[in-house]
Amino acid sequence: MSANYQLNHLRELESESIFVLREVAAQFENPVLLFSGGKDSILMVHLAMKAFHPAKIPFTLLHVDTGHNFQEALDYRDALVEKLGVNLVVGSVQEAIDTGMVREETGFNATRNFLQTAVLLKSLEDGKYDAALGGGRRDEEKARAKERFFSHRDEFGQWDPKNQRPELWNLFNGRKQYGEHFRIFPISNWTELDVWQYLAVENVQLPSLYFAHEREVLHRDGMLLATEGGLIPVRDDEKVEKLMVRCRTIGDITTTGVWRSEAATLEDIIAEVSMARQTERGGRADDKRSETAMEDRKKQGYF
Amino acid sequence: MYRSPFNLNIAPAFARHKKLKKMTLDNTELLRFTTAGSVDDGKSTLIGRLLYDSKSIFEDQYEQIATTSSKRGEEGVNLALLTDGLKAEREQGITIDVAYRYFATPKRKFIIADTPGHIQYTRNMVTGASTANVALILIDARHGVVEQTRRHSFIASLLQIPHLIVCVNKMDLVDFSEEAFNKIKDDFQTFSHRLDVKDIDFIPMSALLGDNVVEKSENMDWYGGSTLLYSLENVHIGSDNNFIDCRLPVQTVIRPYNDEYHDYRGYAGRIAGGVWKKGDEVTILPSGFTTKVAKIDSYDGELEEAYPPMSVTMLLEDDIDISRGDMIVRTNNQAEVTQDVEVMLCWFNERPLQPGGKYGIMHTTKEARCMVKDVRYRLDINSLHRDEENKDIKMNDIGRVLLRTTAPLFVDSYRKNRITGSVILIDEQTNETVAAGMVI
Repeated sequence: MSANYQLNHLRELESESIFVLREVAAQFENPVLLFSGGKDSILMVHLAMKAFHPAKIPFTLLHVDTGHNFQEALDYRDALVEKLGVNLVVGSVQEAIDTGMVREETGFNATRNFLQTAVLLKSLEDGKYDAALGGGRRDEEKARAKERFFSHRDEFGQWDPKNQRPELWNLFNGRKQYGEHFRIFPISNWTELDVWQYLAVENVQLPSLYFAHEREVLHRDGMLLATEGGLIPVRDDEKVEKLMVRCRTIGDITTTGVWRSEAATLEDIIAEVSMARQTERGGRADDKRSETAMEDRKKQGYF
Repeated sequence: MYRSPFNLNIAPAFARHKKLKKMTLDNTELLRFTTAGSVDDGKSTLIGRLLYDSKSIFEDQYEQIATTSSKRGEEGVNLALLTDGLKAEREQGITIDVAYRYFATPKRKFIIADTPGHIQYTRNMVTGASTANVALILIDARHGVVEQTRRHSFIASLLQIPHLIVCVNKMDLVDFSEEAFNKIKDDFQTFSHRLDVKDIDFIPMSALLGDNVVEKSENMDWYGGSTLLYSLENVHIGSDNNFIDCRLPVQTVIRPYNDEYHDYRGYAGRIAGGVWKKGDEVTILPSGFTTKVAKIDSYDGELEEAYPPMSVTMLLEDDIDISRGDMIVRTNNQAEVTQDVEVMLCWFNERPLQPGGKYGIMHTTKEARCMVKDVRYRLDINSLHRDEENKDIKMNDIGRVLLRTTAPLFVDSYRKNRITGSVILIDEQTNETVAAGMVI
């Protein structure tokens, strides 16, 4: 009987993620879904829609806006929120800078990426959210390889790698003390290729940034960075050129490297990803700051 | 028909879709395996080798480890560095936790639960083993079967991992000797017949040189079996789930509260056992009410059949009060409803098990409290001796325990069903998960 009753890997991953999303809805009082406009959070929203169909997604969407986002990502976000009829909360880094809660970095490689953590924690506190769903995947980075589905955070939002609860079978312990919360990663077991394959099979529409397009970019430290909005100061010895590029991840403009690509369709992207010789985070300036950049940021409350 | 909810009206940004050709995903199965071995038996090198030879390593990752290797003055590129852990771990020179790694071949996608082998980390191995289809047990060919080997194999059998692959590594250091391999195989079999494992395979290999990992060895003509990757790609996992006993623990009730779905009441959950069809006669536990399956629903439409591990929404013919923690079963094949649960318990916490103590308990989607009524014995995992004198269950100990729960649980034996046969215990002060239990 077995041959007929075997799910393929995408359906099994889908089922696992739906299970986790339903556990979150059942175990927590006020969960929020972190939406960045990137493909991983788009996948999460799609899975949440499947998990609770025909009811609405029972999560508020939270977007931490650095003020340096690609316009396409923002348009996509707003259209999606309207379509799904869910509630969107925006945590603004600009506002945090204006009120003096955080101070902006300066210099050639200045980025607001690190300011996100403070704004994220503030937004979680303000909204009294007890669980925050994130699109982190274990294949992304070595500090993520040991992350749990249910990741316990103390009252400061910190991740203590030595003090995480063992996760066995599909029993997820979401109990917590007052003031603590959980970060939850329903797509922990997906790889970059899985995500693209699934988005293609499910025919999910994506921001145009993911497909090859012409854009002004500059070369720096082996990466291509978008010069959009004049957010990245161009040094005298750097030249700006127009190239066919696409994003493999979407984040803040100042840290999201773009890649030369001709991939115009999801099929092209899958072909490209299957043959890629660089990890997708290879284009992330935020990870390049040090060997343990991700681990350090996670301890401080980053995703 | 597919209704894309993401069909957003903000052209032209989305006008990029081309009709996809039929993708070759139908036969790509997911296989989860765990790796266990003692310190220095080459586990990291083996995983590195699997990742590298199956072309799952990216250039930037490779460059990073090449740089580190040469900085350390090592000859060649040390593939073991691919599984190098967190700063906190490197500082202490140990691996603390289970790390998950991924690779894929055209045939299967693999999830590795890479667990540290130290004696004090039984809890990690148990965690990694709980969801695995296959366990790799590493043996250093120079040292043969050691205490750790027996411990890891026992845990694999206790956690009912269906398939075991014994990797006899470092064959290059014993001159690729068939005799050495056979001796280890015999030694292993003399104790493994006492274990409850259905399927054991032995592979002689050298992870360092790549022999019999992905590529067939040119140094061991006497070995007629398959390489590790071939075994992982072909081991039969189709019957690892329970397709006999229908069990659906209810996670949450879906009620849309809108006009279109006014009377919709769906019971959401992940199938834990059995093959389900519309019209099946079912009973709800604990209430005992009986009704029929009206529809197995999903976002993609009605399903003709549902089976593990699918996440579905079940609609029933009668309006019955059902909530999270209840279980839907077939009327003629029900789980046992009981408040007295006998389990093999693995203890995870620095604070030892308190006989008579009270804990929170999670079983499928049900939560209750329980009291430790009796510790039957503590198991010495090296000798498999049942110690009925010293019954203190401390961190990483395993013992047989009787629990009394505040509310009935709907259980099967763990041998029959890994989902409906497992529990975790929770410390009610700290909320930590302190133990995992397998129903006997």
